[in-house]
Amino acid sequence: MADVPPSKSVGLVTPLTLNFNEPLALDCGRMLSQYTLVYETYGELNATCSNAILICHALSGDHHAAGYHDAEQRKPGWWDSSIGPGKPIDTRHFFVVCCNNLGGCSGSTGPTSINPGTGQPFGPDFPIVTVKDWVRSQACLADRLGIVTWAAVIGGSLGGMQALQWSIDYPERVRHAVAIAAAPRLSAQNIAFNEVARRAIISDPEFYQGNYYAHDAVPRRGLMIARMLGHITYLSDEGMRTKFGRELREAKLNYNYDSDFQVESYLRYQGYSFVDRFDANTYLLMTKALDYFDPAADFDNDLSAAFRRAQANFLVIAFTSDWRFAPDRSREIVKALVDAKRQVSYAEIKATQGHDAFLLPIPRYQETFHAYMTRVAREVNPNAG
Amino acid sequence: MRADLEIISRWIQPGSEVLDLGCGDGVLLAHLRDHHQVGGYGVEIDEAKIATCIGAGVNVIHKDLEVGLSDFTDHSFDYVIMTQTLQAVRHTEWLLDEMLRVGREGIITFPNFGHWRCRFQLALGGHMPVVKVLPHAWYNTPNVHLFTIHDFEKLCQRKSIKILQRAVVDHYHRASLGMRLLPNLLGELALYRLGRTSIQ
Repeated sequence: MADVPPSKSVGLVTPLTLNFNEPLALDCGRMLSQYTLVYETYGELNATCSNAILICHALSGDHHAAGYHDAEQRKPGWWDSSIGPGKPIDTRHFFVVCCNNLGGCSGSTGPTSINPGTGQPFGPDFPIVTVKDWVRSQACLADRLGIVTWAAVIGGSLGGMQALQWSIDYPERVRHAVAIAAAPRLSAQNIAFNEVARRAIISDPEFYQGNYYAHDAVPRRGLMIARMLGHITYLSDEGMRTKFGRELREAKLNYNYDSDFQVESYLRYQGYSFVDRFDANTYLLMTKALDYFDPAADFDNDLSAAFRRAQANFLVIAFTSDWRFAPDRSREIVKALVDAKRQVSYAEIKATQGHDAFLLPIPRYQETFHAYMTRVAREVNPNAG
Repeated sequence: MRADLEIISRWIQPGSEVLDLGCGDGVLLAHLRDHHQVGGYGVEIDEAKIATCIGAGVNVIHKDLEVGLSDFTDHSFDYVIMTQTLQAVRHTEWLLDEMLRVGREGIITFPNFGHWRCRFQLALGGHMPVVKVLPHAWYNTPNVHLFTIHDFEKLCQRKSIKILQRAVVDHYHRASLGMRLLPNLLGELALYRLGRTSIQ
């Protein structure tokens, strides 16, 4: 974190841990008798606990959304571009909470955790958790932190889906829901991509039906391919063309199957580095949570009926070059909200970076997001911003 | 606030739901919300204005009107408003239909190309009119369909659109006896409240 001025960053942060001994009933019918959530907070909770914001992470994210864990850390938390002093989620006004979701591999209870029943890692026996389960566990976290109502629940991609689910499941606990680069449910194409990723992992000989911990193995090849595939869907054709084009690593073709093109070595690098920080069983779980997300399903497949329960104000943002969750998908959310006569604004940001744009400091995006959050801050404290 | 918006505000029943097409900075919606308990949404295509609306706490939906209002359900609003935008859209007739599909009533304002100054500039000056309410030169105007009060009312008649209310004003948004008697010659800006003669 060399040379990051405190005016621009939340600075050094330490993850916190809470253990929950009350059982959590899951959508799959199973029960987690106890669980741990690891989380981080930025900013100060005000006296009335009215300035809390929940950040929900996406598929490969975790609780480390902003700042640095130590002085040596090169890159800050995954959403540092949007969280911090003077940023859209301004930590001078808000108390920001971000937890690693259940099933994760960054400290919250998940497949790598020890199953208290067996004394062994859960592995493939960890129950498949859903967005609704996450929301339920996040509500328990809110209870413990003394937060009755979130000033806003915010997320991008799978995180945006959690924000939407929050507004439906706990209408009185969410004043604003911000869903960025999200979708009301996955398309067949989205599920297809997830299935290829899962097959890559599951068919890796080192997977051992998910029990690779016991074999001291890691399904590296499968997880790597899953990540490479996923990564392609996070970028856009135009973005990749600009970044890599057909640029060669060396000035010549090698006539072999090593990586000739820059884009190949980039994807391989993404795959390799992912394997070191992510668990294959968690990846499987997260993709299933995506596939299963469908808030309309509980309301006769009527999304607007689902949103009729919500009391929050909504901000929906999409990016023009995002083809994973294209603007059309966000418009479905907006249409359902308008049909349900909810308060909603929708911005479609011109961006070439594809789905990943939601993580990037794109000026118009930040301006729009900032404008919305300033309103939220003023509701909490009329003198803010 | 622009005086034409002031006139429109008076036409709108307090407590109703409106859709403001081409809402710009959201001034009308903010005014209606603050003074007339009116809710609803703006539709806007300009990214910069979207952020301004959001900053003002006005619900705004980023959208190109040229693709129609298919995201909005039939009769879901009391009023669909379009101020000084109809002359700048390509599918004029279709959008009028869309407005009256989505709204119980439509409110339209437009610059009157039949005003004597326009006629004078074209007839005697021999050039495309440039006036207060139509300030652009022919080569950089956003307007694609210029029309007169006479033209508009003929279209309404042909489409069985009922004119519920009309106001004709000058560029200071003042009305006068002259404009009431010779609207198409003396009016610079026309404001209409429209309805369907029967629900189709």
